[in-house]
Amino acid sequence: MQNILLTIVLAPLFGAIIAGLFPVSRRVAHTVTIGGVGLSFFLSLYVFKYIVLNGHGPYNETVYTWLTSGNINIQVGFLIDSLTALMMVVVTFVSWMVHIYTVGYMRDDPGYQRFFSYISLFTFSMLMLVMSNNFMQLFFGWEAVGLVSYLLIGFWYTKESAIFANLKAFLVNRVGDFGFVLGIAGVLMYFGSLDYDHVFKLAGEGHAKDVLVQIIPGYQWSVLTLICLLLFMGAMGKSAQFPLHVWLPDSMEGPTPISALIHAATMVTAGIFMVARMSPLYEMSETALSVILVIGAITALFMGLLGLVQNDIKRVVAYSTLSQLGYMTVALGASAYATGIFHLMTHAFFKALLFLAAGSVIIAMHHDQDIRNMGGLKKYMPITYWTSLIGSLALIGFPGFAGFFSKDAIIEAAHHAYELQRPGACFAYYAVLSGVFITALYSFRMFFLVFHGKERMDEHTREHLHETPAVVTLPLIMLAIPSVLAGMLTIQPLLFGHFFDGAIFAAHAVFDPEEYHGVLSMMVHGLTQLPFWFAMAGLGTAYYLYLVNPAIPKVIAQYLKIPHQILLNKYGFDDFYQAIFAGGTRDIGKNFWKTGDVKLIDGMLVNGTAAMVAFFSSVVRHLQTGYLYHYAFAMILGLAVLLGVFVLN
Amino acid sequence: MFGENFPLLSLLVWLPILGGVWCLSAGTNENARPIALIVSLATFLLSLPLYFEFDTTTAAMQFSEKLSWIPAFGIYYHLGVDGFSMPLILLTTFTTVLVILAGWEVIQYKAAQYMAAFLIMEGLMVGVFSALDAMLFYVLWEAMLVPMFIIIGVWGGARRVYATIKFFLYTFLGSVLMLVSLLYLHYHANSFAILDFHKLAIPMTAQILIFLAFLVAFAVKVPMWPVHTWLPDAHVEAPTGGSVILAAIMLKMGGYGFLRFSLPITPDASRELDWLIIALSLTAIIYISFVAIVQQDLKKLIAYSSISHMGFATLGFFIAFDIFEQTQSFSGGAMAIEGGMVQMISHGFISGALFLCVGILYDRLHSRQISDYGGVVNTMPRFAMYAVLFAMANSGLPATSGFVGEFLVILSSFQANFWVAFLAATILVLGAAYTLWMVKRVIFGSVANDGVASLTDINMRETVILATLAIVVLFFGLYPAPMLDVMHTSVQNLLTHIAQSKVM
Repeated sequence: MQNILLTIVLAPLFGAIIAGLFPVSRRVAHTVTIGGVGLSFFLSLYVFKYIVLNGHGPYNETVYTWLTSGNINIQVGFLIDSLTALMMVVVTFVSWMVHIYTVGYMRDDPGYQRFFSYISLFTFSMLMLVMSNNFMQLFFGWEAVGLVSYLLIGFWYTKESAIFANLKAFLVNRVGDFGFVLGIAGVLMYFGSLDYDHVFKLAGEGHAKDVLVQIIPGYQWSVLTLICLLLFMGAMGKSAQFPLHVWLPDSMEGPTPISALIHAATMVTAGIFMVARMSPLYEMSETALSVILVIGAITALFMGLLGLVQNDIKRVVAYSTLSQLGYMTVALGASAYATGIFHLMTHAFFKALLFLAAGSVIIAMHHDQDIRNMGGLKKYMPITYWTSLIGSLALIGFPGFAGFFSKDAIIEAAHHAYELQRPGACFAYYAVLSGVFITALYSFRMFFLVFHGKERMDEHTREHLHETPAVVTLPLIMLAIPSVLAGMLTIQPLLFGHFFDGAIFAAHAVFDPEEYHGVLSMMVHGLTQLPFWFAMAGLGTAYYLYLVNPAIPKVIAQYLKIPHQILLNKYGFDDFYQAIFAGGTRDIGKNFWKTGDVKLIDGMLVNGTAAMVAFFSSVVRHLQTGYLYHYAFAMILGLAVLLGVFVLN
Repeated sequence: MFGENFPLLSLLVWLPILGGVWCLSAGTNENARPIALIVSLATFLLSLPLYFEFDTTTAAMQFSEKLSWIPAFGIYYHLGVDGFSMPLILLTTFTTVLVILAGWEVIQYKAAQYMAAFLIMEGLMVGVFSALDAMLFYVLWEAMLVPMFIIIGVWGGARRVYATIKFFLYTFLGSVLMLVSLLYLHYHANSFAILDFHKLAIPMTAQILIFLAFLVAFAVKVPMWPVHTWLPDAHVEAPTGGSVILAAIMLKMGGYGFLRFSLPITPDASRELDWLIIALSLTAIIYISFVAIVQQDLKKLIAYSSISHMGFATLGFFIAFDIFEQTQSFSGGAMAIEGGMVQMISHGFISGALFLCVGILYDRLHSRQISDYGGVVNTMPRFAMYAVLFAMANSGLPATSGFVGEFLVILSSFQANFWVAFLAATILVLGAAYTLWMVKRVIFGSVANDGVASLTDINMRETVILATLAIVVLFFGLYPAPMLDVMHTSVQNLLTHIAQSKVM
């Protein structure tokens, strides 16, 4: 087993090294990386079958000892249970599709080999993250995906906006990691180990449950709440939760395939995965869960709203990703970890699909990303059109599509938490519910503007419009399939069955197996529920505003000038952070340097000492004039004083 | 490989010094370079047995040699290594090879003397790390200033005279106070053996005074805030090799001094005044990081980054007391001290690598101003790859050695005090900010000017240097265990030692 797992992890790394460090041709670069990730995918399927389907249960082994210090052993190893196995399959499948797609998308790019190297390296890092059996390795994967994200956002390094965005992404993530590291330190201190196994077992036994710490004098906090919140800070950075969400929209500066892979399907969901993995800890802290619930709800609703005013096709999808991550976070906060992971999976498929479809449109439009310049692409790009439609329907949760099952479950879970009177759940419930309307509105606003209506592109672009090649459309089709089926096929075991037993821990079951009467009845039931009608209302509004009567949105923007401006400014977070944090840091640095180092330490202490020495010597110098009569006079004076003292005594 | 009584340490001290003399007598630059390379390589290879034949089960001094030197005062030529000094000696011999290589074609003016200075420096530094006699230590400690003084003074930049004087006076000021302490200790122990000092019972007031005297000496070397201002000046004016030796090894002597002298000789004073060192370390980490962010000179930026990273070493050494108090176990303290040690070693690799990177740019454009660069990746893609790797290591990215020390120190200081860990962890954000902002302005972007357009990528020699360092940085990031395993026993020994009061 260990050899198989090592192969899964190392095959993409091998591909990355070959494509990145050796001067290989384009053909070799994509063959070796696609081959490596493909191998990982099939082996992941095997592992999934072995661990989950054949019921061999969790695998937990050490590969090597990273270091020993004090009585702490930190090891590199794998923990494979149903949660991990599911993540492995999702990650390698989406990654594989993106690899294939890249052959078409990056065909003319001079950095072709480098790109393949990076995305394979990413796959390696992400696998290390999900397969880890301890916090150190988790943090390794966590930072490594951050590094690759940094490299890929800045892939086109001559673009000023790209290298600004990648620095921003890395630093904002580091703010989250700052908390994450402290959380890990807390785990080590109170559980005495960094191994999941050990920590979760102790947590399950109620260890550290009643321990209080006083961090700010006068305030007693539960240690577990503190640890959970610190760890969640990391998730807020990685999964772009409010208020650390600012980096994700800018990350769209990177090439589209990585927007699909890293900034939609996999890396940004690492935070969700992490919280689900740590469910034995989070279940012990109601406070932490409430915070998560509220943060998730804010992200789900308010980031969705921003999607309404974006005109860049990728940014619309990016804000939609933010909002959907908010949904997953709400699920976690409602103790419905399995539901969060379920949505993570369905979202990975349909959001990767939407991004790749957007990329396909971008190729056809000669890298113009403004949806105001598109329209009527349906007849030119049938495959992209139909797969996009599938993706959009999945996103808005149309009954039967993958997103329907997972999103409904999240709303149901939020409602459940509301009934249990978890603080913040009321807000969260209404936020995710109204979010459904917003999601449908921005999704179909984009869909109609791109594929229907008047053809607004220039003559030259129109002449060259055609469907993209098979390397691009094949992954679209391959991703469209799970975007339809993934929900209905897996909901029973994932939410109502025992799939996650032993991997995810929840004190109370959110979903009652008794209430499950099959997929079909869920869909029929869904037709009578609020979310469905909210989604339909959103879709209808988009249809009316952007196809039937396209003049109205401008009028609305005129009337609602201030809210519209607020949305365009993204609530002012970017400007605020730029001024306060970036600007403030530089001001503090300048003051410390110019006043502290240059003026005080060097000016006064160091050079001041030198000046003082010079001053004293200039005074003392008068004692050593070199004239004999001065010395003789001093001697006589001294003699007189001595004699005087002697005589007086 | 060698017999029981083979004077391996003496060989490591004297081989490079004699090699240096050989270089001087070789005369021409062309002759001196291969000699220097061979001698430094031989020294490095000869130092490897220190690691492979090191006994990790004992905290006693190994590879010991003891000869009478000045019998009238009981001064011995006494060498030996333990888990603290051995890794630092390897770091020294390793770095010197790279420094010799780095100066190969670059130094045309008096290259023979240049190479000789570094070889002699190497011997003296190995001597400092292996000296077990306080007088021998002191003599070598001061002697080290001479080659460095010459290196900066002769091959340095425009303001080299100011920088050398500042460097010399600063460090001299500190070490004179140390000499007074050593004499006091000799008076009471009736011996100059450092290990005898360790056993000496000293009253509290005397301990405090000795501790403070040592503190001044070592704080200047580390350097700790507020006695750090010589470092940026010295780095800016020093030639590349000088900067590398300064950052990679000379700074470590301060940290080593705390482990060898302050903690074991004055444990009670250390416990009493640990808050001071912790406060100064945190100041170094945060204050200096802010200062680093706004630097416009590449070398200054890395120099400030060095100070900030060394804050982790001193923090790790002195937080151990509080951890012990909180947890009543040596485990956390061991992690803190080992974290500090790892941070020192890793910083040797990373800061050395960064200074070499700056040197590579400086050799081509003769500027260290960040604003003179931009878009270097376009003309030097291979260089850019290494530069980004080392920058990431400097930001403490896992899988590089830069992560290990910081991680261990943050993990352990949490056990002493949440806020200490909180403040120390700000390096995650601040360190990444100053390093990657520099990378953005220098490496990325479109070609900024004709100078950058004319750059040629690194040649074979430069590739070898950078690739070697890259491998080392990655190796110890992925597998730090070998680095820590040699320290455990010495660290345990130190902890049991400092846990006992030595007040009479």
